[in-house]
This record gives sequence, C-alpha cells and structure tokens, in this order.
Amino acid sequence: MIKGLVTGVIDWVDARIPMTDTWNKHLAQYPTPINFNFWYFFGSLAMLVLVNQILTGIWLTMNYNPSAEGAFASIEYIMRDVEYGWLLRYMHSTGASFFFIVVYLHMFRGLIYGSYQKPRELIWVFGMLIFLVLMAEAFMGYLLPWGQMSFWGAQVIISLFGAIPIIGDDLTQWIRGDFVISGATLTRFFALHVVALPLVLVVLVFLHIVALHEVGSNNPEGIEIKKKKGSVPESELSPFKYHKQFSGKKDIVDAAPFFPYFVVKDVVGVAVFLFLFAGVIFFWPEGGGYFLEPPNFEPANGLKTPAHIAPVWYYTPFYAILRAIPDKLIGVIVFGSSVLILVFLPWFDRCKVRSIRYRSTLHKLNITQFTICFIVLGILGALPATPLYTLISQICSFGYFAFFALLFIYSKNEKCKPVPERITK
Amino acid sequence: MSNAPVNTGRRMFLTATTAVVGAVGAAGVAVPFIKSWNPSAKAKAAGAPVEVDVSKIEPGQLIRVEWQGKPVWVVSRTDAAMKDLAAHDDKLRDPNSEEPQQPDYATNPARSIRPDIFVAVGICTHLGCSPTYLPDGFGELVEGVKSGFFCPCHGSKFDMAGRVFQNVPAPLNLVIPPYHFKDDNTVLVGVSEGDA
Repeated sequence: MIKGLVTGVIDWVDARIPMTDTWNKHLAQYPTPINFNFWYFFGSLAMLVLVNQILTGIWLTMNYNPSAEGAFASIEYIMRDVEYGWLLRYMHSTGASFFFIVVYLHMFRGLIYGSYQKPRELIWVFGMLIFLVLMAEAFMGYLLPWGQMSFWGAQVIISLFGAIPIIGDDLTQWIRGDFVISGATLTRFFALHVVALPLVLVVLVFLHIVALHEVGSNNPEGIEIKKKKGSVPESELSPFKYHKQFSGKKDIVDAAPFFPYFVVKDVVGVAVFLFLFAGVIFFWPEGGGYFLEPPNFEPANGLKTPAHIAPVWYYTPFYAILRAIPDKLIGVIVFGSSVLILVFLPWFDRCKVRSIRYRSTLHKLNITQFTICFIVLGILGALPATPLYTLISQICSFGYFAFFALLFIYSKNEKCKPVPERITK
Repeated sequence: MSNAPVNTGRRMFLTATTAVVGAVGAAGVAVPFIKSWNPSAKAKAAGAPVEVDVSKIEPGQLIRVEWQGKPVWVVSRTDAAMKDLAAHDDKLRDPNSEEPQQPDYATNPARSIRPDIFVAVGICTHLGCSPTYLPDGFGELVEGVKSGFFCPCHGSKFDMAGRVFQNVPAPLNLVIPPYHFKDDNTVLVGVSEGDA
C-alpha cells in the first residue's frame, strides 16, 4: 500500500519534472572511473564546505551588525552572549581557511593528472572563476569583523586599484564610497559578501558540475573510460547499468555508478575531513594567527597602522609576488597576471598525455619546482619584507611564471611513456 | 495567420532599433547603481576643513588630526631638522617635488608654507598604511639622516619633508593637503588660502 503510494507520487512528479531521470543521469547511472584515489575527495569536500559556509553565514547575519559603529561589538556579542555563537563563528572562519586548503588540493589534483586538458578546458575555466570569486568573497568577508587587520588589509588591497593610471584614484574612491575605508565600505562589502557573491558562486559551481558531467571525470591514469561504440567486447563492458546519455553513444569500461559506490567512498573522506575540521574549530580556531590574525582582536582604527600587515595565508603566495616587484604599477600587473595565468593553463599544455604517471621527467621536475615556489612564496608573503626575503620572493616569482613558459615549450614534443589502452590493463 | 510576404528590411530595422533603445535603457538604469557607490553627501560633509592650533606643538613634536577620515600630520620641525633637509637630495626619488603631490604653495624644498610647520597626509603612497614618525633613530635606516618617517608595512622611508627615499616600494612623496594659515597660530587643513 505504502509502496504503491510512493511510486504514485514519484510517477506524478516525473510526469512534470525529470526528477528520476536527473537522479539517474547524475548519480545512480553516472559512470565514474574505478581508479579514483584520495585526490578525488576534494571536489565533494569543497561542496561540503560551501554548504557549511552558507549555513553558518546565514546564522551569523542574524546577530551581526554591519555598521562601522556596531560591527566589532556585534562579533564580540556573537562570541560571548549568543548561545553557540562562538561555534557558528569559528565554523565560518575556520571554514574559510579549509575551503582554500581543499580548493588548492583540488586544483593540484587537476594539475598533476592533466584534468584541464582537452576536452575538459571549460571545467578548469569555471573552476578558476570559482577560485577568483572565492578570493573576492573571502576578502570582503574579512572586512566584516571590523578589526585592525580587516581595516588595513582592505586598505592595502583596495589601494592596488590606485596603481591604474588616470582613473586609479577615482576608482578606489568609488570602491570605498568614501575618502578612506569607512562604514560605507563595510556595508557594501557586507551586501556583496552575503548576497551577490554567494549567488555567483553557486551558479558557477552548478556550471562546473554540468561541464564535468557532460565530458565525464578524468582519473589518475588520464585514460578515457568511454570507448567508441562497438569497439569493446560484451564481456569487457562495465557490468553496471548507465544512463542512455552515456551508454547510448559509447562503450563504458572500468567504471562504476557514482551512487552508491563513490558516495560511500566520499563519506570516508568526509569523516576524516570532519575530524580535522572539528579539531581545529575546537582546539585551534585562530590557526596560530594564520586563520584569524591577532591585530583583528582590536577594533579598526584608521589613524594607527598595525606594525606588520599580512594577508590571510591563502593570499600570501600572490601577495609575495606583488611585493617582489619594486615598481607599484608593474607589481600590480604581475600580481594580477599571476592569478589570471592559471585560467589559461589548458592552452599552455600542448601535450596529448594527461597524467603525470606517463609524462616526462622534465614535466615532473617542472611541477615540483612550481609547487616549491608556490609554497615558499606562501611562507614569505606572511613574513615582513627583508632584502633577503625579497630576493627569494623574486626568484620564486620567476619560477612560478617559468612553469608556464617551460610547459608551453616542451609540451609540444614531449617524450612521454606509452599510455595503456585501459585503466585495468 | 496571414501569409503576407516577410519584409526583411523592416524586420531588421525593428530589431536594431529595439536593441538600441533597450541598450540605452539598460545603460540608463545602470547609472543609479554605479553612482550610488560614490561618497554620499554625509561622507563629503565629513571632509570639511579642520582647524589646528600650532602654537602648542613643541619643536620636534607631531600631532595627528583627522580630515576626510585620513590622518593628517602637523609637525613642528626643529632647526636641525630644517637644516638636514638640504643634505640628502641625492638619496631621494623626487627631491624637487616635481610630481604633483602638493599644492603650488608647497612646491619648495621644505614642502610647506612655513618652513617650521610641516603639514602632510600621513598615508604611505605605496599601499595606504600610516608611516611611523621617528624623531630620532631614523639614522639607523638611512645613514646621516636623523629623523624621518618609516612605513612599517613594506619599509618605505620618507624624510622630514615627506620626500620618499630611493629603493623603497612607495613611488611618490607624501601628499600635502590644501591648507593655509588663518593667523600665526592656526592652520586650516582642507582649503587653500582664498578658496574657503
């Protein structure tokens, strides 16, 4: 009786919107490569953190006061007087840092396994747009507590636009809505942080996934699991039922449906992630001054600059590149390029082989030096500038950009190892 | 449904005019959204001129006042500091204040109306931090210059006339705001003489 009722409701809905079809196409009958390893946890984890940010963010707005007079006090109110306010706030602030940890690892996965290569360029481009919006979102969010580092960090970053010739000064004034950072800046950043950018972010995540499901996931071998129709003997086809969108056009091998197989796998990743996340929230919420910086426990004061202004850790690699250039305008241009150049990675790499497993030693070395430069820049960007550190930053900035130049040169005729036909052979 | 022949030319004209009118409309609607980000009337009013009594500043002392929300320094320079100004032109980026960072009446070696009273916006021209005043001890940073301003953010250095030293990130001298002396002891920051 109950079963009949459920089927009836499902049929009723399916006759009106493609509910079951969507479920099958994107989950229950979506072919996923069976050789996913731990690097493939970070996409679903990024979605988990996004949900965490949206939920805790909504709850924080219920007690936050977006005004220059009230913002700092309302954060203290949330931390001390609102029941579990401290937990919601730490989940949000720690979530921001974890979002970037997860996203950086997710990007690194794409880099080593060539997941950005044809035909997945648009997935990478949407992903990079998500990264850009995420940086803007985090930057605007960091102003909201209206602490000293909120204020002066924003002052430094907005001043970057002042380097643009002719319109620079008017542009910075337009962004701030005042002659200096003030309550006007705070309220507009609040509006963008809680309404505008999250909407953009959700749309971009949707497009990222639509683009992914159109062409299918890459995998650590970098080998397609969709073969030409009729080219695979019946006995070697993947034994599961797939949506006709996939199985109708191609022979599917070495795959399993996303639900339940990979959902269960991701649950393991979620469990491990939550251990770490909860550990930081409860025992180390300030992240040693890197997640929440000490000067931010002092209210914003436009007449007094903190002794050392450092951005939050996830911006420091790019910030170190900015500081490495002694000229203001060129520095800003190089800084902007260092972020934008990532968008064009699919066109710098002209190699047909995707995975690092089958690529040349030169490519492995290039990725290694790129990773080292990025991490060193990240460390130096958080430290005060000294002549020695500036020199190291300059060398690492060079290494950062050299990665792309070298890749473009050697990838055309790269000596790669032979790539197997199949993941399992 | 009539089967009249399609007049392509007329259709193109209608499509084009509709698109143009629509685009003009969209541009018009964008104006209030963009303009609303400019400083409001209230913010502009807060940029009103500020009076400073300079008779009570000790030689060598710096006081801060707020104008347009920015820190404005008023420094009473000592005789030694004034004499020092001419001694290190070769270490400066723009010793003669050729860049338009000051009103005409402050385009002189001391970058001020009266050599003993120095008025400047206390915001580093690099990325907007507020430099620290070092009345003595600046010599450790630049040899032979006893006092000056040091920006803790990225290490920019300025002399006692707000002129930037070479080999630091800041590209320009500190900004001198418009100001004038109402009488011997009162500086009005924010307006030039005769402007009011």
